[in-house]
Formats: sequence, C-alpha cells, structure tokens
Amino acid sequence: MRWNQRKRAKLLFGFSVVFLAAVAISGVLCREAAMTTDFTRTNLAPCLEYPFGTDWLGRNMFYRTLTGLSISILIGVCAAGVSAVMALLLGLAAAVFGKRTDSVISFLIDLVMGIPHILLLLLISYALGRGLRGVIIGVALTHWTSLARLIRGEVLQLKESEYIQIAEKLGHSKMKIAWKHMFPHLLPQFLVGLVLMFPHAILHESSITFLGFGLSAEQPAIGVILSESMTYLIMGNWWLALFPGLMLVLTVVLFDLGGNALRSILDPSSVHE
Amino acid sequence: MILEGKNLSFAYDEKAGKIFSGVNLRVDSREHAAIMGPSGFGKTTLCKILAGYLEPDTGEVLLDGAPLPKKGYCPVQMIWQHPERAVNPRLRMKDTLADGQEMEERIIQALGIEEDWMNRYPQELSGGELQRFCIARALGKPTKFLIADEISTMLDMITQSQIWNFLLEETKKRGIGLVVVSHSEALLERIGVRRIFL
Amino acid sequence: MNSLQKKKILEIRELSVSFRQYADKRGSRQTSLPVISKLSVSVGEGEIVAVVGSSGSGKSLLAHAILDLLPYNASVSGSMYFQGEPLDKARIRALRGNQIAFVPQSTTYLDPLMPVGGQVSRTRKDKEKKEKQRKIFQRYGLGPEVDGRYPFECSGGMTRRVLLATALMGDPKLIIADEPTPGMDLALAKKSMEDFRAFADEGNGVLLITHDIELALETADRIAVFYAGMTVEEAPVADFASEETLRHPYTKALWRAMPQNGFQPLPGFQPYVKDMPKGCPFGPRCSGYSKGCQGEISMRRVGNGSVRCAAYRDGMSGSAAGQADESANPRAWAEAEAPGA
Repeated sequence: MRWNQRKRAKLLFGFSVVFLAAVAISGVLCREAAMTTDFTRTNLAPCLEYPFGTDWLGRNMFYRTLTGLSISILIGVCAAGVSAVMALLLGLAAAVFGKRTDSVISFLIDLVMGIPHILLLLLISYALGRGLRGVIIGVALTHWTSLARLIRGEVLQLKESEYIQIAEKLGHSKMKIAWKHMFPHLLPQFLVGLVLMFPHAILHESSITFLGFGLSAEQPAIGVILSESMTYLIMGNWWLALFPGLMLVLTVVLFDLGGNALRSILDPSSVHE
Repeated sequence: MILEGKNLSFAYDEKAGKIFSGVNLRVDSREHAAIMGPSGFGKTTLCKILAGYLEPDTGEVLLDGAPLPKKGYCPVQMIWQHPERAVNPRLRMKDTLADGQEMEERIIQALGIEEDWMNRYPQELSGGELQRFCIARALGKPTKFLIADEISTMLDMITQSQIWNFLLEETKKRGIGLVVVSHSEALLERIGVRRIFL
Repeated sequence: MNSLQKKKILEIRELSVSFRQYADKRGSRQTSLPVISKLSVSVGEGEIVAVVGSSGSGKSLLAHAILDLLPYNASVSGSMYFQGEPLDKARIRALRGNQIAFVPQSTTYLDPLMPVGGQVSRTRKDKEKKEKQRKIFQRYGLGPEVDGRYPFECSGGMTRRVLLATALMGDPKLIIADEPTPGMDLALAKKSMEDFRAFADEGNGVLLITHDIELALETADRIAVFYAGMTVEEAPVADFASEETLRHPYTKALWRAMPQNGFQPLPGFQPYVKDMPKGCPFGPRCSGYSKGCQGEISMRRVGNGSVRCAAYRDGMSGSAAGQADESANPRAWAEAEAPGA
C-alpha cells in the first residue's frame, strides 16, 4: 500500500498526540518521585538506573524532567485554549458587529501586538503574584492576537461572499449566519491556530519561569530546572541542562509538527494530493 | 404587485463616477421584464439594488409603494449568475436548501433535484445542478419577485430549458414577477419579455 | 468543407484524464476519478473546432491535458498528434507558447505586477520582439498607451485582447481557447470570434472550448459535443441546421432544447463521474436505450461527421439512423458492437 500524504499526516499527528499525552500523564504520576531527595546518589552522571542523571540533592532528573514537561504542557494547553477561544470570540465580534466594535478590537490587537510578548507576559505574571495563576493568565492574555487577526480577516472576507449575502436576504440573523455559514470555515483555522499556539505558550512559560517571574522554585518546572542547573553547569554537571533542554525542544517540535499535520488533514485543498 | 425603481443612481467609487443615474423602472408581477443595456452598464448592480443587496446612492426601490425590508426575508429574491459562488462550499446541499423559507416539496421535485444530491457538497455537483438548488432556495412562500441575472449563461441548453420551463410555469402559477437579464436574444424571445432599455 | 482532405494540425484520439483523489472528505483511501473518459477531436488547417459541453463537465481539462498543465495527481492516456507527430511531454514543452498557444478562461492569468506590453513581448530590450508585439496590439486596436498599463488598469474586453495577443506572439499554428467570451458583451464576443476566424483563415487551427453552443454555431466549422466525459458526436456546423441531420440522441435533445428550436427540456441530468452507467452515459435518458448500448461503443464515421452511438453501424447514413433512434427498433446487432480493436 502506498503512503499518501494524508496517511503520513495522520500518523504524525497521532504520534504527537500519543507522545505528548504520555509525557503529560507520566509527569503527573511521578510527581512524588521527582521531589524525593536522596543524598546517597547526588550528582550522578546518566546511567542505566538514572537515564538523565541526578542533581545535587540526589533527585532523579528523569522524573523531574517528565514532571516539568507535564506542568508545561498543562499550562500550555490551558493558556492556549483560553487564548484561542478569546481570539475566536473577538475575531468574530470584530467582523460581525458593526464598525465601532471592529475598531475597538483592532486597536486592542494592535496594542497587545505592539508590546513585546515576553515583556507584557512578565508584567502580567508579576502583577498577579507570579505562580501558576499568573503564568496562565499572562500567557493567555498575550497569545490571542495573531489568531484573532486571522479570524477577523477570514470573517470579513466571508461576509463579502455571495452565499452569505444571500443568506441575509433570506432573512437569517447575523448570529445564525455566523454559526451556520462562517463557523465551518473558521473551525479548521481555529484548531490549527490552537495547536500551533501550544509550543509558544510552553516556551514562554519556561522562559519567564527561568527568569524567575513565573512558577515558584519548589515546582519542578522546566524553567526552574534549567535556571537551577546554571550554577552546576560549570562544575561539569552537563546533564542537568542538556536532557531537560532537549526534552523541551522535542515537546515544542512535536506540537509544531502535530499542528502542521492537523492543518494538512483539515485543509480541503490538500485533499487531492 | 408592482416593483418600482425610482431615480436610481449608483457609484462604487465616487472618483470613478456613477455607474448609472436617474434610472426609473416599473414592473408588474404579472409580466416578465428584461433589463437591456450595453456591457459595463451595471445590469448586475441594478439587479442587486432591486433585490436589496445594495443601497442606491439616490432614489429608492418600492414594492407596492413600500420600501424593501432592511431585515428579514426579502420578498424580492435574486438568482445569481454563478451558482458555485452562491452556495457555501462547506455545507451539504440539504443545509444550503434549508436556508430557504417555507419551501414546498413540490418545487424541489419539479426542479428535478435528486434525493441523492442532498448529502453532497457543492464541489460534487455540476453548475446546472447547483443552480436548481439556488432557484428552489429563492422560491420560498414569501417571494413576490424574482430577479434572474444571467442565470443560465453558464449552463448547457438542456439544463437551461429545464430551468426556464419550470420558472415560467411556477411564476405564472404563483403570480411572481420576473425581471430577467440575459444576453441571449433567442432566450428573451422565448420567455416573452417586455424590454426595458436603460 | 470535408475535413478529411485537409491537413490535420491537432488530432486527439480517445483521450482520458483521471485524478487520484481521496475517496471521502476525511478518509485516507485514494481512488481514481475519471473526469474525461473518451475524448476524440481533431483540428484541421483553416478550421475552428468547438468542443461543447456543459459547465463542470471537465472540458477545460482538455486544454490543460494538451498543454501538459494538469496537476501532478492527474493521469492521462490516449493519443495526441500535432501535425502528424505524436505529442509527448518533451514535445509539448517545446511547442507550447510557440506553435501551440493558449488563451485561458480567466483574465487572472496575467501577471498583476507587470505592464501588459512587457508581458506580451516577453522582453525589455529585444527590438524585434517589441515591434512585433506593437504590431499585434495595433491589429487589435490596443494603442501604444496600453503597453505601459498594468492588468488592473485594463477593461475586461481589453484584457481578453491582450490574452489573445499573447497567444499570437509566438506565431502559433494552433490556438486553444478556453471559454474566451463570458463577461464580454455580444459585440466584443463577436469581435474576438472574428479574430479567431481571421487567424484560422491564414491556414491555422483554433480549438475552442466552450459551454455556449450558440457561440460555437456562429463561429466554428465543426462542433464536437461532449457529454459526461466523452465526445458523443462530431459534426460540421451545417448539420446543426436541423434535427434530422444530427446523429446522436443527446445532440438532438440539445438541439430541441435551444430557445429558437422549441425550448423542449429533456428530463434528467448528466450522470456523476462516480456512478457512471455502463456503456453509453446517455443511455438512461435515451428513448432508444437497449442492451446494445451497455458495451463499449467507439466513434464511427457517419456522413460528414462521426458519432458514438450503438444505433449506428459503419457506413450507415445519417438519416436512416435518425429514424432508428426515434422508434423502438430492436437492436439485434448488439453482438457486432462488442468491444474490439
């Protein structure tokens, strides 16, 4: 049997989902083990028993990495989900309700886009007292803009299409038209935008945590792990940064690949390839 | 019923100048009228104004002396030239058809719409088949006037005669007025129209 | 007007085009969708030949197949000859744009960011080419001021003429025009048809692909009627003067449906490519449908044209077969129509 593009995309998407779900779940399950300190096994280089090595408190870096990633994934999913729904609602509202709403929302989009992500994120997270809540709200409030703009543009274009004008003249309300005629066009955009937002959210969460404005130091978050490892890197404990860093990259890349695979599955123009 | 356009003028772009101005026309629902005019005159634009899609810069469109409703079902329905643009590509045909109001099963049958087409997407139907759906959708009970803008130009002769034979019978039966735009002299002759030269 | 005596510029025999496609919207199973199954047409010197079929019947793919412009998921079979020699991909590449020119359906085929003069002459410096482009433009009433215009600054009719001029730049022997007239008013459509006529009269050929049989009747010399992926009849325009001189029952129905000839609708619709009936695709709508129609039917010469109908045997005259179609003649020659060759 030939491997067509559709099949490859589906396989890739499936693999990404399974891998990321496995990381998230196992991370939650081994949270206890990630916190356990044991001074009989400090600073061990990677070996069969401890594949990612151990740190200066004798904590198992494999478990810590998994837990850190699972926290990142959960934050990413929550924050990106909230952000994407905001984008959908604001994008729809900008295009469906009159010109005034549109200019207000467009101004908001420009405003948020005009400030560097990381700066705004730091400010929001800091103002909300850091921690999990601050990070999620910060990420959610900074990531919706580009998707909102995309959806707004799409809706504006749809509004000009003949079939939507006809539906209006057939007496249907704006809400019904938005739901029945526009939503099916926006759904693929929305889903792909959502999935492609995950890696951004995860990276931003890790970076502000690394800088000390995110999750608190007791959490085994990737950002915390990386920032702590800085001290021990010069002592030659390379594994403390390498493996968590690689896993973070892998997670982000898989989300990205999965999102692109989803796009080619949902995109009707790829149907004939 | 009488559909009237009084002193209509329209410009897409003020700088480019008016497409037309001072257009007056009056159509009785018991007759077939054809809008005649050279290419680039804006016959399609006039159709859109008559069906309430566009607001004229000056003048008004009156149905029995009252302006067309801004919201809700418009009693003047327009059928467009390109049926593939007039249906949502993401919806199955039965959902597109459901956009019409108070439609009669009889019309769907008379247009030769097959049960099997209902579950298909527009890409899986030909232009002629799609145009049948567009016509059925426009023929809800509250429709009083039908504006047909080159509706069979892109179709083959057999489909054209199927569609027009149905439309002539149906509009006669229900007293629906018909405003036609077509470049085909033979077709206008066959439909039996009063020509309105602009 | 016998095309047999003329030298053939283009000959296409039993062309078929199918697309590899996903079987359903979300699934990953691929199937092959035959859009053109048997298309035969030829263009002789000095001839305009129209391929007439309803919109969405896939006839535009004919032009794309001849010019090798089909997307990569398409596969083509059948044979094509240009001036007597087979057309393969390499030869198409060498010929297209020079000896074979294409006038596309949509005016969006022009580069929006380049003045039309440069697009047509395809050069900035070459004086000879520039002069030639100017001469062609002049012939179509496009003044020197048009050279510097961008496509969006040209009216619809102007763009059509620019496209036609583009086609003529390489001294083509054959022009393939895909729906060249929609959007033009009658006068302009007539003008461009006159242009095609003048071009053909110089000993060249034009293949006109259109859904508009009235247009085809006015300008073409011969018409190939395309139905559900195959050509069912190829006839000189003169044969369309009356129903009796036509051959295929579909062509006759088409004739009867014309507003000037009775406006009689034939019930039914063209079969969908996915559930094509066996044998003749017109069978289910045909009054003379019989067992003989279910097998392979090949194009046969009848009089000045040819037809793909089981009711005709080789050498049978058009009028005799015309009667055969109307009545419920038992068709005992079903065996004779068995797939061969």
